[in-house]
Amino acid sequence: MADYKNEFGWFAEKPTVEKKIYDRGKIIIGLVVFLVIFTIAFWKNLGKAIPPPQPSLKTPAILKLPEKERKCVEDRQFMREKHMRLLINWRDQVVRTGDRTYINSKGQKYFISLSNTCLQCHSNKSQFCDECHNYVAVVPNCWGCHSTKEQTVAKAEAK
Amino acid sequence: MDFCKRQFTAALIAVLGLIAVAYVGVKAHLQPLFGVVIPYLALLLFFEGIIYRVIKWARSPVPFRIPTTASQHQSHPWIKRNLGEKLDNPSTFPYTVGRMALEILAFRSLFRNLRSELIETPQRPEGAKLVYWSYKWLWLGAIAFHYAFLTVVLRHLRFFTDPVPQVINKLAEVDGFVQFFVPTVYLSGVVLVVALLYLLGRRLTNPYLRYISLASDYFPLFLILGIGTTGILMRYVYRVDITKVKELALGLATLNPVIPEGIGTLFYIHLFLVCVLLAYFPFSKLLHAPGVFLSPTRNLTSNSRMVMHINPWNYPVKFHTYMDQENEYREAMYEAGIPVEIEPETAEETEPETTETEGEE
Repeated sequence: MADYKNEFGWFAEKPTVEKKIYDRGKIIIGLVVFLVIFTIAFWKNLGKAIPPPQPSLKTPAILKLPEKERKCVEDRQFMREKHMRLLINWRDQVVRTGDRTYINSKGQKYFISLSNTCLQCHSNKSQFCDECHNYVAVVPNCWGCHSTKEQTVAKAEAK
Repeated sequence: MDFCKRQFTAALIAVLGLIAVAYVGVKAHLQPLFGVVIPYLALLLFFEGIIYRVIKWARSPVPFRIPTTASQHQSHPWIKRNLGEKLDNPSTFPYTVGRMALEILAFRSLFRNLRSELIETPQRPEGAKLVYWSYKWLWLGAIAFHYAFLTVVLRHLRFFTDPVPQVINKLAEVDGFVQFFVPTVYLSGVVLVVALLYLLGRRLTNPYLRYISLASDYFPLFLILGIGTTGILMRYVYRVDITKVKELALGLATLNPVIPEGIGTLFYIHLFLVCVLLAYFPFSKLLHAPGVFLSPTRNLTSNSRMVMHINPWNYPVKFHTYMDQENEYREAMYEAGIPVEIEPETAEETEPETTETEGEE
C-alpha cells in the first residue's frame, strides 16, 4: 500500500478499511434488547395454550324457555359485535325519552331494561359477561349502577 | 401531472391498492393467508431487515468524533458551561447518555427546528432580510404522533397476552379517562390521526416541503393513517367481534395459529396494513427508529480536544512539494517568465546534489 503518481500528480491510494462489525459488543446488546422487547408477546405465551372464552348460557331462566324461544333480542353475531352499542343506545333512549320499547330487526318488541330483562336471562354475570370481558380486558362501567345481584337473581329464578 | 402531484398520487394509490388487495382477498376466503401467513412473513422480514441494517451500519468505522456542536465545547476551566451546554456537547459518558435520552425521548434536535423567512418591508430600503423564527410545530406534531403511536401499540398487547398485564390495563384506563362514547374513546387514537393529518398537511401546504416530498414520504403517512382509520372505524363504528380477534392474535402469539369464523373484513384490512408497515419498515425512512441510536453526531462523546483520535487506516503519504515541482520544471518556468525560487544558473551548480536526493527517495 503506497501512494502513486499519475499525469495529474501524487495521490494517496484509496484506503482499505477493515471489514468487521465495529463496537460489536454494544451492537449485539442493542439487537438483543430490541429482539426481546419486540417479541415479548411470544415469550409470555411460550408453550401456553389459551382456550377461547366460553360464555355460559345455562341459567335457570334460559333453560326454562322452550328450545325454540331461546333467542336474544338480536342474532348471535350482532350481539357479539355490537351489544355495547345497543345497550348504550337503550340507555340514552330511556333516559331521554322514557320510551322502554325496542323493536328489533325482525320487528319484535322487547322491554328495555338491563337489570330486569337482560340480566334476568343472563343471571350468571361471572360465567357470561365477565368471561369475554376479562378475556379482552374490557372494563364496562355498567356495573357501577347496575349492581351485580348475581346471587339473588339466580336464586330467585331457581325458585 | 406535475412532480409533486405524481409523488402524492402514487403513494395514495399504493395504499388504496393495498386496502383493495386485503378486501378482495378476504372476500375470496383467503383468511388463512391474510390472518396467519402474511403476519408471520411480515414479522420475519421486520426482524431480519432491522438486524441486517444495523449490522450493515456497524460495519462502517467511525474513527473521529463529529461534535456538530450547538453549544460550548469543553475548554479551559474558566470557560463555564451550564447544564444545557454540557448536555448538548457532552464531554463525558453520562452526559452523552443524557444527550441520547433527550434526542430519543424528547426529540431535542427537532425542538431546535427553525423557520426561515425573507422579510421585505418598505422600512428596509436595503432590501429583503432573512429572519429565523423559532418553530416548534413540527416538533409538537412529531412528538404527539410518536407517543400516541407508542401508546396505541402498547395497548394492543391486550390482544397478545392472557392474562393482560396490569400495566397495559392501567395504560388503557388513563388513555380512556374521558369516558366518552361506548366503547370509551382512547385519546391516543385521536391524537395519532390528528398528528398524522398535521404532518401530511405540512407537506402539502408548504411549497418548499411539497417540492422535496417524495412518494416514500407520503406512503408511510398514508399507510399509518390507513391503519389508524381502520382501527378507529373497527372500534367505534363498524364493530368486529373482539373476542374472535383476540383468539386469532393469541393464536399467532402462541405459535398455534387459528382462524376463527366471523371476523369482519375491516379487521383483515387493518391487519394487512400493519403487516405491510412491518415489512416495509426495514426498507424505508422509518429506519430512523434504530438509526437514531447509531447517529455518530449524537452518540459519540465530544472529547476531540482531550483525546487524540487516530485514523486507523492512516499511513504516511509521500508529498510532492513545491520544490520538487520547481526542480522538475525549472527551465520551462524560467523561459515562460514564471518567478522561480532558484535561478537555473545557480541550480546547475547544485544540480548533481538535487538529482541525487531525488534518486534516493
